[in-house]
Amino acid sequence: MTALAQFRRDTDYTQANLALVAPFVEESLRVKTMNVTVENLVKAFGATPALHGVSLDIASGELIALVGPSGSGKTTLLRLIAGLDFPNSGRVLFGNDDASSKTVQERNVGFVFQNYALFRHMSVFENVAFGLRVRPSATRPSEASIRERVMSLLDLVQLNGLEKRFPGQLSGGQRQRVAFARALAIEPGVLLLDEPFGALDAKVRKELRRWLREIHDRTGHTTVFVTHDQEEALELADRVVVMSQGRIEQVGTADDIFDNPATPFVFDFIGDSSALPVVIDKGGVSLDDRTLAIDANGHPDGPATLFFRPSHARLAGQESGTIVGTVIGARRHGDIRRLELEVGAARHRCEIDVPADADVPKTGRVAVKPAKWRLFPRAP
Amino acid sequence: MTLAATSATFRSWRQPSIIPGFGLTFGVAMVYLSLIVLIPIALLILRTTQLSWAEYWEIATSERVVAALRLSFGAALIAAAINAVFGVIVAWVLVRYEFPGKRLIDAIVDLPFALPTAVAGIALTAIFAGNGWVGQFIEPLGIKVAYTSIGVVIALTFIGLPFVVRTLQPVIMEIERETEEAAATLGANRRQAILRVILPTLVPALLTGFVLALARGIGEYGSVVFIAGNLPYRTEIAPLLIVIRLTEFDYNGATAIATIMLAIAFVMFLTINLIQVWARRRFGYV
Repeated sequence: MTALAQFRRDTDYTQANLALVAPFVEESLRVKTMNVTVENLVKAFGATPALHGVSLDIASGELIALVGPSGSGKTTLLRLIAGLDFPNSGRVLFGNDDASSKTVQERNVGFVFQNYALFRHMSVFENVAFGLRVRPSATRPSEASIRERVMSLLDLVQLNGLEKRFPGQLSGGQRQRVAFARALAIEPGVLLLDEPFGALDAKVRKELRRWLREIHDRTGHTTVFVTHDQEEALELADRVVVMSQGRIEQVGTADDIFDNPATPFVFDFIGDSSALPVVIDKGGVSLDDRTLAIDANGHPDGPATLFFRPSHARLAGQESGTIVGTVIGARRHGDIRRLELEVGAARHRCEIDVPADADVPKTGRVAVKPAKWRLFPRAP
Repeated sequence: MTLAATSATFRSWRQPSIIPGFGLTFGVAMVYLSLIVLIPIALLILRTTQLSWAEYWEIATSERVVAALRLSFGAALIAAAINAVFGVIVAWVLVRYEFPGKRLIDAIVDLPFALPTAVAGIALTAIFAGNGWVGQFIEPLGIKVAYTSIGVVIALTFIGLPFVVRTLQPVIMEIERETEEAAATLGANRRQAILRVILPTLVPALLTGFVLALARGIGEYGSVVFIAGNLPYRTEIAPLLIVIRLTEFDYNGATAIATIMLAIAFVMFLTINLIQVWARRRFGYV
């Protein structure tokens, strides 16, 4: 196969194709989904705590992203929901059923692993059929209906014609879709994806993202996926769960998370941001003894951190109450130019966006005014 | 013209490479293999050609030779098969579980490699003889090990174990935990996961270990001669028969038996090799 043909196969799940298979998918693949409730899960690996009492309600049919840096506990939470690990305390409910006493086999979850974990000695067809073949003979579908189901799933994931291949003969994106079809084959109540696109290159990643959203909209599974890529989380999920150090920092829609970050961590982790240490005194905000034109209404006196996004700041003229800094670098960022500034005697770094064609000195002093900002109290 | 054509062929055969040294290492490898393997075998075959076909055929089909060959290959096959089963379990335990004395047991696996085979043979004979530790209990039950073909199998099992275990260990280590977890999330119980997912991925390595143990068993001499009793037609192995022929100064008889062993072994290993090549084509790995 030529490289081009291979690429076409990899990326051959365009809108048009999805529309073609859609009518057939609707009937056979729509499933009964359930809501999932996580109650106060605590988990430690030996002496290392991984989750400190996490609670979360996931609505039926919802697409939820768990996002956070490495070690934030997002994968641990996903594995606890699946039953691949057991919590020290707390419980997981599937619908109204307590799943705590159920084994991973009984939970009927579809789990897609980060490295796909395909059975490399089985063909694509047998990989997808595996979950049906291992059922006890009383509930095992007939050979004909196994075949029918596997083929319609391969259709759904756009791998028709590749059912005889082995995982070693597939590209990363194709393997990912085999893993996805395999997880869907058992008609799972919940679909759990661990960094589903983590090992793929940027372009395939982007296309699979949209593809996953469409599959989700059509099959309607309650889906939880883990990612460290905030862009992926915000674009794909109905609601985003931001985690850090074994705790949930914030749960909300992409708008909530981006526009109203609940904690300094969320502001820092989601989107680009600049943080400057300020002091609040009687409603006034000052940075290195320079009073800023920022209203601290409602915030108690004391040390605080001023957060703002580079896109929410602008260059100011001869106004009072601006942040004054020295330009130390300018980088092109798509349509805008991002300036890096050093502010004050302590040389705090902050960034602002200016139009790409703005006439900004490469070095020299500029005044900056944030249009939107947030203040969070800071330990002195 | 001819010169140009030759140099073109030469160039296409010798691909430019960032790993230089092919010429040198290939040369050394070929000389080494010739000295160690090919020349001795060629001389062996050359020597056999001093026999006429009729003479050769007579030796090859004589009752004593056939019995010895059957015992050598049969016992080696059974021993390799036993090792294939228990070697998997030993390798599995050594890779997957942590327990006190694990390093020690891991080292014990190598003992059959290191022990002089005669020592192993004498030790096994002492244990399984009618008055030995194990022999005194099983002989009243009618199971006679020492000086029977069972003894041959036991000696060959002892000798072959490390080959299977050492081949499997790295492969078992490589099995990703996620593969088993994936089987579990898809509803497979432990037995199904082992039979359908884990064991099939071990088959290529198991086959390699089996071949190594088999090869070792076919050629084994030192340990077997002590425990087998060496009764012609019954517990006499082919390598021993070769030695007997040599002590009788019947060099042609000895080389005839040797070439028959060589031919059978070669066909067996070639077959297994082809199976592995086929598996690699089919599954894209081995």
